[in-house]
Amino acid sequence: MASTEEIRSGLAEIVNEIAGIPVEDIQLEKSFTDDLDVDSLSMVEVVVAAEERFGVQIPDDDVKGLKTVGDAVAYIERSVA
Amino acid sequence: MSGRLKPRPVPGSEARVLSLGAYRPGRVVANAEVLERIDSSDEWIRSRSGIETRRFAGPEETVSLMAAEAAAQAVARAELTPADIDVIVVATATHLLQTPSAAAEVAQRIGAPSAAAFDIGAACAGFCHGLALAADMIRVGTARHVVVVGSEKLSDFLNRDDRATAFIFGDGAGAAVVGPSDHPGIGPVVWGSDTTGIELIRQDHAWDAAFAMPGGPRWPFLEMDGNPVFRWAAFAMAKAAAQAVDAAGVRVEDLDAFVPHQANMRITDAMARALKLPDTVAVARDIAQQGNTSAASVPLALDRLLCDNEVASGGLALLIGFGAGLVYAAQVVEIP
Repeated sequence: MASTEEIRSGLAEIVNEIAGIPVEDIQLEKSFTDDLDVDSLSMVEVVVAAEERFGVQIPDDDVKGLKTVGDAVAYIERSVA
Repeated sequence: MSGRLKPRPVPGSEARVLSLGAYRPGRVVANAEVLERIDSSDEWIRSRSGIETRRFAGPEETVSLMAAEAAAQAVARAELTPADIDVIVVATATHLLQTPSAAAEVAQRIGAPSAAAFDIGAACAGFCHGLALAADMIRVGTARHVVVVGSEKLSDFLNRDDRATAFIFGDGAGAAVVGPSDHPGIGPVVWGSDTTGIELIRQDHAWDAAFAMPGGPRWPFLEMDGNPVFRWAAFAMAKAAAQAVDAAGVRVEDLDAFVPHQANMRITDAMARALKLPDTVAVARDIAQQGNTSAASVPLALDRLLCDNEVASGGLALLIGFGAGLVYAAQVVEIP
């Protein structure tokens, strides 16, 4: 099973690829919209890529609750557990 | 005694797109005009959709008039006359007469004396559905020359106070003449529906409810749930497009153009990434000038690529239409 850090760094690679944000900026406390400037459409792309990479399902209704990188990492950890 | 139907005497032939036609309404509407009614910005609209301008049809530019103009241009470019046309298919969701059909009006306007004429409803996927029907008619031999038109006047159904949709839609018509060919020019269609999303893109009220609105009748509006539609379009539709490439027996490296329904530049970008298109493939981006014109967008966008010399006749274009239903249709075609 992937560790929190492994999920965070995997997610950081995805966000980097889709939104062009430096990997080192993508830390648990960062807000996707306020800190990282990831808009709602990019967020959909991030979520779909994360679903494929981590083998989880993240319905649209749940995406709204993922405000920070840490929220997304915790969601993925719970889903794969 | 019951009789027996005689076998079909005439085999069909392969089919290809012979020509295209376009009608872009006269009035160009910049984002600034849209912004008079919604709380948004030019930068936001461009970053979320890629749209810089759209065109709105005037009162005399009806769905059938625009369709007829595009159809007449396509017929002329194919060096045919309206009398050569056996079937006219119009894909539209915005023709305001329940009957007669827009296709019958097109037949009358262009002077096709006896063409079979009917409309189809497949939302933004309508043109690609029509193209599949036309190709099959020619293969089977029920028609020799078919005009397929996508024509929309979405400005009639636009909620100009809704910041989620007011900037997206535009008006116009695009047409193709499909005819016989000595080689396959239209690949197998990959089409279908996913009705788990039937509510995601919709007319907000049926006509009877719109007439009975408290406070008096009002025009129905188009509504859309942006993020779920984006997810479906960008990813599920990229898979359908890839299947159409496989079905045609080619690879993405063999394509010269990718012409998806011009729904949103971000959807186009995401699909192009998911398909891993090489840089040699021209990607249609007509939405920047034209907005989302639903069933008209694929032929308009392909026509733009040809007029701008971004693609050459004889190359291969991957087309995909997708929209309300949710429904979709994709095929690879030889560029006329």
